[in-house]
Amino acid sequence: MAKRVVLCAAAVLLVITAGYASFFVAPQERTMGDLQRIFYFHVSCAWAGLTAFSIGFASNLFYVWKRKEKYDWLGVTCAEVGVAFTTIVLISGPIWAKPAWGIYWTWDARLTSTFVLWLLYISYLLLRTLVEEPDRRALLSALFGIFAFIDVPIVFGAIRWWRTQHPAPVIMGGPNSGLAPGMRPTFYFAVLAMHIFMWFLISERYALEKMRSEVEVLHREAETS
Amino acid sequence: MGVLSNAAALLGKEVRTEFRSRELLSTTIVFVLIVVVLFSFTFDPTTNESHRFGPGLLWLAFLFAASLMLQPCFLREQANDTLSALRLAVSDPFAIFLAKIGANTLFLLLTELLMLPVFAALFNVNFRGQLPGLLLTFFLGSLGISTAGTALAAISAQARMRELLLPLLLLPLLAPILVASTEVTVGLMSADPVMQWKGIGFLVVFDVVFLTALWLFGEYLLEE
Repeated sequence: MAKRVVLCAAAVLLVITAGYASFFVAPQERTMGDLQRIFYFHVSCAWAGLTAFSIGFASNLFYVWKRKEKYDWLGVTCAEVGVAFTTIVLISGPIWAKPAWGIYWTWDARLTSTFVLWLLYISYLLLRTLVEEPDRRALLSALFGIFAFIDVPIVFGAIRWWRTQHPAPVIMGGPNSGLAPGMRPTFYFAVLAMHIFMWFLISERYALEKMRSEVEVLHREAETS
Repeated sequence: MGVLSNAAALLGKEVRTEFRSRELLSTTIVFVLIVVVLFSFTFDPTTNESHRFGPGLLWLAFLFAASLMLQPCFLREQANDTLSALRLAVSDPFAIFLAKIGANTLFLLLTELLMLPVFAALFNVNFRGQLPGLLLTFFLGSLGISTAGTALAAISAQARMRELLLPLLLLPLLAPILVASTEVTVGLMSADPVMQWKGIGFLVVFDVVFLTALWLFGEYLLEE
């Protein structure tokens, strides 16, 4: 219990500090001005979402391999948390885009494939509700999760294959890209904060899923006896 | 017997089953025709507009048709539990998938080739001289649709509301195929035709990635 409270407090405090730093510590961007400050929030959420999906992918693989239900719990947990972060990305993006591009949404490859990724994980969560038997549900959703995750590199590659309106990658985007040195501490701090927050969400949701599974077993035992 | 000879035998069975009734092909062709005709009501199908929107609509029609056509490929085996017999008969379960992918690709390709002249006539699109390029695009696109679709049909066949579930799982997964195939087809059907090899490369990558994934994980999809 104490561990949960500490993790929760640390996560919330870090996210608030990152928010403060992005508004008051990070330097103002030359062309976009204060508008650019959403970048710290938008990109750190995107990275946290992708990390959650990556952990989910690993647990899907482990489930197929080891057939331990803890991997199934972790898989669904990560999918839900990843969907939550990607939802934030899909909302914070248009908030930035309206003043910067003049439109909320453009059907460019990167935006579209992030949207598709989000839809795929929504389908994953939906699939889980449509298979009754727990072992079958775990296996089928793990396999679908693996196929859906294959979409992730396509999302990342799309910006390079069909270069469109989305800003070219700032981090790891090749020569002439990169973050101004003054922005780096805030950016990496925001990424760290969002990851710790993600970890807190995952640990809470995992505990919930474990409990739900135990209740399901008890229900079945009560029905048979 | 190797995987390929197993797959060839099963492909023969799939094709024979279909050509005895021709149910799947005829319904799919009529479905695509209906969709293409309905699309023409949503915008003015004059030449310039058709060049811009036509190929995308055509591929969308193929995608919708595929999401219906792929439904029975595993459901059909459930009726008399023939999937268990198939699993016992082959040395590697991947052969079952290869056969079903082969058959679905063939049926989809046939539908596309039959619909191409109809589409070209209705939307006043000229594809003369571009047939080899279009064939290549149709083949790679259909292979990608069939590979991902066969895998997901095996998943949805084991769930409730399977008729609704398959399009739901499949269509977002096929979005990259739709984008790439449309890009290439637009290039080939434009007034000044160009072959967009980038799109072809993308389709090849998609096909190889999903075939490999199915080769690695396919056997778990068919577990009892």
